[in-house]
Amino acid sequence: MAAVRCIDVCKTYRQGDVDIKALDHVSVVIEEGDFVCLSAPSGGGKTTLLNAIGGLDIPDSGEVWVAERRIDQLSKGALAQLRLLRIGFVFQAYNLIPVLTARENVEFVMQVQGIAGHKRSEKSMAILKEVGLEGLENRRPAEMSGGQQQRVAVARAIVSKPTLVLADEPTANLDSKTSDALMELFVELNEHHGTTFIIATHDQRVMSYAKRLIKMLDGKIVDDIQQQAA
Amino acid sequence: MRLLGIITLLAWRNLWRNYRRTIIMLAAISIGVWAMIFMTALMRGMVNDMVKDGIEALPGYVQIHHPNFRDDPSVSNLLPQTDAEISAQFSSAKIDAWASRVRVPAVISSEYESRGITLFGVDPLQEQAIDAIGSLVTEGRALQGVSDTGVVIGHKLAEKLDTELGKRIVVMSQDPDNEIADRGYRIVGLFEAGLAAYEETMVFAGKSTVQDMLGIGDRVSEVAVLGTDYRDVDPLLNEIKAITGGGVEVLPWQDLNAYLGSMLGVMDGFVLVWMIVVFLALSFGLVNTLVMAVFERVREIGLMLALGMRPSHILGQIIVESIMLLIIGLVLGNTLAYVSVVPLKGGIDISLVAEGMEMFGAASTLYPALEFRDAVTANVVVLFLGLLASLSPAWRASRYEPIEAITKV
Repeated sequence: MAAVRCIDVCKTYRQGDVDIKALDHVSVVIEEGDFVCLSAPSGGGKTTLLNAIGGLDIPDSGEVWVAERRIDQLSKGALAQLRLLRIGFVFQAYNLIPVLTARENVEFVMQVQGIAGHKRSEKSMAILKEVGLEGLENRRPAEMSGGQQQRVAVARAIVSKPTLVLADEPTANLDSKTSDALMELFVELNEHHGTTFIIATHDQRVMSYAKRLIKMLDGKIVDDIQQQAA
Repeated sequence: MRLLGIITLLAWRNLWRNYRRTIIMLAAISIGVWAMIFMTALMRGMVNDMVKDGIEALPGYVQIHHPNFRDDPSVSNLLPQTDAEISAQFSSAKIDAWASRVRVPAVISSEYESRGITLFGVDPLQEQAIDAIGSLVTEGRALQGVSDTGVVIGHKLAEKLDTELGKRIVVMSQDPDNEIADRGYRIVGLFEAGLAAYEETMVFAGKSTVQDMLGIGDRVSEVAVLGTDYRDVDPLLNEIKAITGGGVEVLPWQDLNAYLGSMLGVMDGFVLVWMIVVFLALSFGLVNTLVMAVFERVREIGLMLALGMRPSHILGQIIVESIMLLIIGLVLGNTLAYVSVVPLKGGIDISLVAEGMEMFGAASTLYPALEFRDAVTANVVVLFLGLLASLSPAWRASRYEPIEAITKV
């Protein structure tokens, strides 16, 4: 089954007097359990495509399907519900809620989902251990390094077992060692939980972990390569 | 409801994120609430004094008259019952604080001046029971019985008549046959009343003496009855109506003294206006605090929306934050008001400004009256309008597009 299907998706932004085609008739199918990297130079359209798939941005035309459900015509509330239950997000920066501790940040999505307190607590402690943050659960984001914060964000993205994780430049603010550790974690989650990953990046090291590499340029898909993951 | 926990947690933590700003805002709310309650207690105390002085000095809480008495307060419109019958009715009803009086328009003359006045024939013992007249006498003596042949007049009237204590005056009115009824009296006492008009127009003499002068036997013009709460006279009014039956007019003090009656209504309106004005000053700070709190959290709000929180949850979070701020401010403000009013229960000496206030019937000692309903009104005004003021920033926060908010610099 296709985790994501984009059909002839277009998105144009207006910058001053100039129209910029962020997505230019993009069509792509991503199967469940895939591990995909979207690669493009800055302004190539990878983040726009990621946002369209996540229901954060509505395309001007075309269709976006997630888990066989068309999402580009859903209401704000329905999109919020879709993101809450099916999609995990890892953003480039500013991933965590500053006033909540690591554990509370991880529990946040579950709490919005309405999962009971003891279950939340069990799951969040287990996932924090899995991402190597045992003992740091009561620290607030300001008391953690960038890598630790990204790990908390990853823990939050996967804790409620979404079918799809969308990550936008997840290693942009991390050193190479931390980037590798994070990518290995993604791979492990992809292999063990069957979670579909779509990662927007221009980091060669990140791309080397992907099973499939989709290259974009000026809002178009210019290459789609199946590759041997690192 | 299932999100109340996380919304409350986020609201509480965010409240103390910029604790200096929160403390300043709390101080503003507390002082505002204190000002509302404290000033209202002072104003309420002043009006209480004015009203109590006004109604206890003469009208009582309820009065009984002949139905035509208010149009023509002469001997033609005396009460149908005799004084003895009234005494019997009130004794059986166990109403203690009441006084029957003769009350007629008259002219008082000294050797120099004449003035139109209202002559009261009173029983000093009964008047003492309703806490009137005797306690106001500041010079000379009070009347000593129904047959006392002296008169007690106001200081101001004495000035106008160019007379003084111990001098004789002549009081002239009409008897039931429309003949002149007059009598000479010696001034035995001078009284001071809160309202200047009282001092200039009211003259008191023994009830039997006045009845003899007018030739009306044992008849009286009015009965004044005192209750326990001047704000709640309806039960007393109904009881008196039941005792007296028909044929007489039974009126509460508000109808008898429109000035004092309207003062309470004006006071209630003024209290509300005062509270709203204080709140308006306060609301600028409140709205500013919430707007700043929303602005500095735009990306965070975007993140929460992106993660699946609904706009209504964001709206709720900002409103809960506002409620917390308001409730803490209210608790502090109420406490502050209570601890500042209680030590002043014994009265505040305002004699420095009392001269100017006397014309309104205010005394030189002000007794703050902290009333529960005023405190409730202040709290409701702050909470209700505070929530109203926080709706705009909360609404704005909930309208953010997640992706635009996350990428906002």
